[in-house]
Amino acid sequence: MESIIVGKAFVLGDNIDTDQIIPAEHLVYSMDDENEAKMYGKFALSSVPSEQSGLPNGNIPFVEDDEFKSEYKIIIGGSNYGCGSSREHAPYALMKAGAEVIVAESYARIFYRNSVDGGFVIPYESQSKLNDKIKTGDELKIDIENNTISNLTSGVTFELNPLGDVLPIVSAGGLFEYARKTGMIE
Amino acid sequence: MGMTITEKILAKSADKESVKPGDNIWLNVDVLMTHDVCGPPTIGIWKNEFGKNAKVWDKEKLVIFPDHYIFTANKHANRNIDILRDFAEEYKIDNYYDVGTERYKGVCHLALAEEGYNIPGTVLIGTDSHTCTSGAFGMFSTGVGNTDAAFILGTGKIWEKVPETIKFTFSGKLPEYITAKDMILQILGDITTDGATYRAMEFDGEAVFELSMNERMTLCNMAIEGGGMSGIIPVDEVTEKYLAERTNKSFDKFYSDADAKYHSEYVYNAEDLVPVVAKPHSPDNKATVREVEGTPITKAYIGSCTGGKIADFQFAAKILFGKKVAVTTFIVPASTEVAKQLSTEMYKGQSLQEIFENAGAVIAKSSCAACLGGPDDTIGRTVGKDVTISTTNRNFPGRMGSKEAEVYLASPLTVAASAIKGVITDPRDVM
Ligand code: SF4
Repeated sequence: MESIIVGKAFVLGDNIDTDQIIPAEHLVYSMDDENEAKMYGKFALSSVPSEQSGLPNGNIPFVEDDEFKSEYKIIIGGSNYGCGSSREHAPYALMKAGAEVIVAESYARIFYRNSVDGGFVIPYESQSKLNDKIKTGDELKIDIENNTISNLTSGVTFELNPLGDVLPIVSAGGLFEYARKTGMIE
Repeated sequence: MGMTITEKILAKSADKESVKPGDNIWLNVDVLMTHDVCGPPTIGIWKNEFGKNAKVWDKEKLVIFPDHYIFTANKHANRNIDILRDFAEEYKIDNYYDVGTERYKGVCHLALAEEGYNIPGTVLIGTDSHTCTSGAFGMFSTGVGNTDAAFILGTGKIWEKVPETIKFTFSGKLPEYITAKDMILQILGDITTDGATYRAMEFDGEAVFELSMNERMTLCNMAIEGGGMSGIIPVDEVTEKYLAERTNKSFDKFYSDADAKYHSEYVYNAEDLVPVVAKPHSPDNKATVREVEGTPITKAYIGSCTGGKIADFQFAAKILFGKKVAVTTFIVPASTEVAKQLSTEMYKGQSLQEIFENAGAVIAKSSCAACLGGPDDTIGRTVGKDVTISTTNRNFPGRMGSKEAEVYLASPLTVAASAIKGVITDPRDVM
């Protein structure tokens, strides 16, 4: 795991649910076949109502039409990010689109577990509301050793909650890697 | 210090004397349940991670119900079922309930109950967020993603953080126009969609123990809509009677200690409850039916693990008897057993089936159907700017199909009352 991640911000509101992250009709693609799996990237965040997509202005698609990857590496959410279904396709779709880190005030439990255990994206909790302080397109730097997020565009730095209990799983790159490292499985 | 029922079950599953909220523990899983949407990727991860010699940790404990995308021409969806079928055959999984056979059951959470997999005091993990439904049987049940499920498939284990518990007590007697759906929508309005995140929701009180198992399942089913890790109702005679008809397995009964510590407690007087809805686009967007009555609707939908059980159709039949629906109304029995019960359960001399047919409702085959939108050819799916009133559990943008549609969540009584009027209607006005 890299300890510094730099990328552009994509800002969303509160209560972004898994149907907005990856609509149910797309859950049929194989995750093993690369040609199909990239469809998850294409449709990531495709059901977010347009005016809420890419705040504060809105109407910014996370992934452009005809593309499979997003230009945004860091997603800034509000509270209760990832509520809704248990579909692991949700953090997976964000990863396929190229997202590496999510920073939100709080997460729904299953989405949080899936992000960590699947090793898809790093789910950081912010200590205060950030989705009204960061704009879509801002250049951000996440420092994993020091648990901070810096807005290189505005020059402001915010503290993040340490990853705590899940840090070993995040650092290993997921639950299976962690279990192998600790000798739980071969 | 005392423990809650959830803490006791988790301690037993982790082979510990006691646990407390915040402890990270490894649980031994009693049942792993999966379905056609999350089963194939779970199997894929399990094969990749455990390699050619991957072994299912305990075949008896794996249960697979295809239920989500069943009656569709979508080739990717059908391929998912082929993957499950091949897997069940290759690994000799007896607890596989294949589509197109007598064994086909329909929606997993109800099927688990009907087939006797819900055993008090045990730990059931499913690749579906509504796995919390099984908590109605005094057990710990929760939903996980594919990676966690693949890990269980190979090892029988899962890590969990012991949750704090929120207790909800309903004293008094429920009025006849109130159902478990109103109770949980009321709670969600009060705690919001993240009020119970990483917590267990325990239900208690006279009005809760008056509920049938079907209704208790509705209450626990929507714990996840409050962010809850699980919902739970301890065992009583009603539970034991249901179980006696479905299983001969013995079980442990756990009860919260009098000095157990709760994160918080909510107390309701059942007699004061009024019919409520969740307005678009969130299950916690509560309003009384009175506040939104008269809102025009284009569709009504009675189905899903939340609102497609026989108890839900019994409620709906009371209102639809001798009436005609004013908007397209879908009746989607959650399981094939419920579908059969529609023709054997009677109300005022007519079967529920007859009542719904005479009312002009569309009766669909058992599956998740439009509860989660599904492929384009899914029955009941919202299109364009539909305004649907539904007994399902989620009304996020696009959940039932169209991103522009509006979905109101309500009890089967309120949905049926609204169906015959064509506008949102309080069931008290037509009962
Ligand atoms: S009926 Fe709806 S909520 Fe229930 S399992 Fe199916 S899709 Fe999920």
